[in-house]
Amino acid sequence: MADPILDIQNLTLRYPNAPTPAVCGVSFTLGQERLGIVGESGSGKSTVGRAIMRLLPDATMQADRMSFAGVDLLNASEKQMLKLRGARMSMILQDPKYSLNPIQRCGDQVAEAYRTHVSTTKSDAKAKAIAMLEAVQIRDPERVYDLYPHEVSGGMGQRIMIAMMLLTDPELVIADEPTSALDVTVRLQVLSILDDLVKQRGIGLIMISHDLNLVRNFCDRVLIMYAGRIVETLDAKDLDHARHPYTRGLLAAQPRIGGPRRPLPVLDRDPSWLSEATL
Amino acid sequence: MPDLIRGRIGGVAGQIGSIAVTLFGLLILTFVIGRVMPTDPVRAIVGEDATREVYETVYRQLGLDRPMWEQFFVYLKDVATLDFGTSIRTGQPVLNDILYVLPATIELATFAIIFGAGLGIPLGVMAAVHKDRWPDHLIRVFSLSGHSMPIFWTGMIALLVFYAQLGWVGGSGRMSQFYIGLVPEKTNFLLIDSVLAKEWDVFRSALNHIVLPASLLGYSSSAYITRMTRSFMLDQLGQEYVTTARVKGLSNRQTIWRHAFGNIRVQLVTIIALAYGALLEGAVLIETVFAWPGFGQYLTSNLLIGDMNAVMTCVLVVGVIFIALNILSDLLYRIFDPRTR
Repeated sequence: MADPILDIQNLTLRYPNAPTPAVCGVSFTLGQERLGIVGESGSGKSTVGRAIMRLLPDATMQADRMSFAGVDLLNASEKQMLKLRGARMSMILQDPKYSLNPIQRCGDQVAEAYRTHVSTTKSDAKAKAIAMLEAVQIRDPERVYDLYPHEVSGGMGQRIMIAMMLLTDPELVIADEPTSALDVTVRLQVLSILDDLVKQRGIGLIMISHDLNLVRNFCDRVLIMYAGRIVETLDAKDLDHARHPYTRGLLAAQPRIGGPRRPLPVLDRDPSWLSEATL
Repeated sequence: MPDLIRGRIGGVAGQIGSIAVTLFGLLILTFVIGRVMPTDPVRAIVGEDATREVYETVYRQLGLDRPMWEQFFVYLKDVATLDFGTSIRTGQPVLNDILYVLPATIELATFAIIFGAGLGIPLGVMAAVHKDRWPDHLIRVFSLSGHSMPIFWTGMIALLVFYAQLGWVGGSGRMSQFYIGLVPEKTNFLLIDSVLAKEWDVFRSALNHIVLPASLLGYSSSAYITRMTRSFMLDQLGQEYVTTARVKGLSNRQTIWRHAFGNIRVQLVTIIALAYGALLEGAVLIETVFAWPGFGQYLTSNLLIGDMNAVMTCVLVVGVIFIALNILSDLLYRIFDPRTR
């Protein structure tokens, strides 16, 4: 990879009054690819996403390098960040029930993403938003534009969220468990819409998830995180050949459809995982 | 969409029904207050030295010999015809008294609540945004002192400083002695009456007199509004849609005022309506200090001498005020929150 979009070396992040850092010595680079970050709850995967967007003002961050398309994210001023956020990098949040403002029309919220960064007329932004709603395969975008978030389904809400976050053609999109709040039946549909758009537009995607199968199918590369550290990095197609005992434990703990039902194996955590050098 | 319209009509009908029930309950309450209070309405009229015959006659005239339910219907009929009886203390029909004192209090309370909300809401938002940092602590001290200093004391100190020493504002009463009786009393809202009569000097004098008591009352109610705004706002700032707004590249200020603030308006309406109601019924201390001929004073002095006609009517008025404020907040909910439509 000649020119990575995102280059992070040795990132450590600590929340105020926390005994241990939430993220510890994390390094990775991202090009125009789809990178999965997988780990259990509390492993720090969401924190990494929010740290990249600098959404954690109270946390202390240290890194050898943390750059996004040539911008030093560690030392960028808030003003610089406002120009990046929503324009060149954006984030799809988990549950549209909570991530959309309940008292504003869905369409206006999408258009706002555009109007924040492009000075344009209201009607032009509305036209852009409607076109984008169409791009996420919403059939009647003019009608949906005027709906309030409580009037749309979860799958529709998440497509609105995707439209909002891709409208400005960002170079990097972080999807923080984009489908875990959705019904299984619409999950695949929403994911393939996101996947198509990311491929078409050449966006670098970070998919944060705890769903190994989802990551296997929709990502090129996978980082496995445990206790704030990256314990293993592999190509998605090699996931079954993972070497680290934690990854293997996660894979073994997946229930399978069919076959005899046995109690799922429980992870056997080894304290040495924490001291091991990453990568 | 006939379904939608039917829903609306049903909603309105339901609301009217619940108002009617509340009003009826209120009337029962005031009626019972009038009967169980340990004052003798007959004695109050005839005096201590009346003979037994006189007492009996008045007793029958008042209808006290009839059964309770009949008395209640008479009371309902009186209320329906706006006949609230005569106040023993002032010798005037209670209705006239109320029409004189209530506008004075409404004027004062309205200015106070505008001041209190205008001060309390921005301070509360600021405290939430800077939670646990020095602006938050400063605002806490400021609002708690407004809440905990007795208002009769701050009232006197303020009169001493701003009226007696500095002469910035008018002293007690609704206007200067000089202007009393100059303006025809049409609405009994002095500010409105003086504008109607084009008496600008009276208007200025009235404004000068209302500033001090209204800002003191407003300051004391802003304490509550500040604290509640802070906690409502903290609640909203932890919500995911606030993160969405930040991700879109909105600044802190835009996120707060365009997104989070819109979501606390419903709660703010509720507490401001309650604070306003409290100001309307009970500004008796400040009314006393500033010799403001208002509702709180009227209610308290009549209560102390057991002037039951006046007390019952005052209770009724307070109840009606709260019902009206509830209707108003319901209407505002519908405007502010699409989910309630």
